[in-house]
Amino acid sequence: MSAPLPIPKLELRGVSKTFGGRKILDCVDISVERGRSLVIIGASGQGKSVTLKIAVGLMRPDKGQVFMDGEDMTELRTAERSRLHGRLGMLFQGAALFDSLKVWQNVAFRLINADKVPRKEARERAIEAIARVGLPRDVADRFPSELSGGMQKRVGLARAVVAHPDILFFDEPTTGLDPITSDVINDLIIEEVKRLGCTAVSITHDMNSARRIGDEIAMLHGGKIVWRGPAKTIDETDNPYVLQFINGRAHGPITCDA
Amino acid sequence: MSAVRAIGASTLDLLQSAGRLAIFAVQGVAAMFAPPFFGRQLFRQFYSIGFYSLPVVGLTAVFTGAALALNIYTGGARFNAEQIMPQIVALGITRELGPVLAALMLAGRVSAAIAAEIGAMRATEQIDALQTLSTDPYRYLIAPRLTAGIVTMPLLTLAGDIIGVAGGWLVAVATLRFNSDLYIRNTWSFLQSWDVISGLIKGCVFGFIIALMGCYHGFNSSGGARGVGRSTTNAVVSAAILVFACDYVLTSFMR
Repeated sequence: MSAPLPIPKLELRGVSKTFGGRKILDCVDISVERGRSLVIIGASGQGKSVTLKIAVGLMRPDKGQVFMDGEDMTELRTAERSRLHGRLGMLFQGAALFDSLKVWQNVAFRLINADKVPRKEARERAIEAIARVGLPRDVADRFPSELSGGMQKRVGLARAVVAHPDILFFDEPTTGLDPITSDVINDLIIEEVKRLGCTAVSITHDMNSARRIGDEIAMLHGGKIVWRGPAKTIDETDNPYVLQFINGRAHGPITCDA
Repeated sequence: MSAVRAIGASTLDLLQSAGRLAIFAVQGVAAMFAPPFFGRQLFRQFYSIGFYSLPVVGLTAVFTGAALALNIYTGGARFNAEQIMPQIVALGITRELGPVLAALMLAGRVSAAIAAEIGAMRATEQIDALQTLSTDPYRYLIAPRLTAGIVTMPLLTLAGDIIGVAGGWLVAVATLRFNSDLYIRNTWSFLQSWDVISGLIKGCVFGFIIALMGCYHGFNSSGGARGVGRSTTNAVVSAAILVFACDYVLTSFMR
């Protein structure tokens, strides 16, 4: 966990968060360099989602700071933050598509509502993005509820990348998908992150996905980062937490109380 | 000691919720006046809050007007004052029953719908998604609903007033042998514009309360499907109670 010399794209410094007397995050430090992909792994209830929400700005930490491009955005209000949000994209676990809007309106949402792109042009760009995630064009005029879970994930990805963000967040991108669809989503994530040349931060408990999409992996347990290293080296570590997690054993230092 | 502690805790709880609601209301109202505005959303809300509530408000008003006419006729007959019935019906409808009953029906129809929709959006992370798409949820979700509530509720009240008075007229002419012309002339010459306007002002306030309660409870809903159910119930109950409380306060100021 050495401090890199160039300004990291995203940095969490000493972040703590308590819910109902239970300490979810205990002084967590994470930084991601520009253009790198970090995957945070960990068992359920160990604070992965909270870490991601704090990094994105959807939740405020009790203590600690969040930096993006060296700018402190911990205290920024929604309105000011949206300027920074303009440069970030997020794929939600359940895709979080707006069910009252058609697929293309979902994908074009930011273009139309925040960037004030004319509707016709926004629609064209949305359809282009829909095609890039491997969906047929006629999906554009359907409603999200008419799509399968995998298709919804693809639309969510198209929505996250359509405005060319320079940092992307993925919340459990493969949870609830079959192995083949998971692999397709992993491929698409790698492809899009590479195409945009952007930074990526993901949380997952799917080791397959973590190995595929991560340059680096960090493991969160008991509100702390217990291991961090290049994705390739995760099979060589003797860290007992990581060993137990990647081998999926019921017995070890991690007890299943969550 | 524990009784004192319980009273203290619940008092703090109440004040906390009141404070949260006040902050939410201020942020919602501020968003109504700060660009960007979302015209399509506003139009959609005018339609679903205003237009689609017309049948409910109309039916409530016509039956209430009719029942009121019968009751006042019966009561008036006890001291030979049946002939004053049109005036009392008009006054009762425009000043009190028009706005209050329309508001109560909308507390059920609109508060519940808003709380359920926004609550479901919260549960499925759609509100978080809005933020990551550089869109302020207060401007996109809350402001259009508050505006639509404030603008459409007085219009619905006015419609309710007319239909309610018509309900009274219908009963009077059809079953109580009133003269139709006389009934309308009595109503029209007796009513003062303040009777109607004060009712419409109530409508504005009630419209705000109804939309606000739906938005607030939906926005702060938590705990999945059960949470959405709970927030819908809370929205309807609190909207209805606040409508009655505000009705008394407003009436005492606008006599």
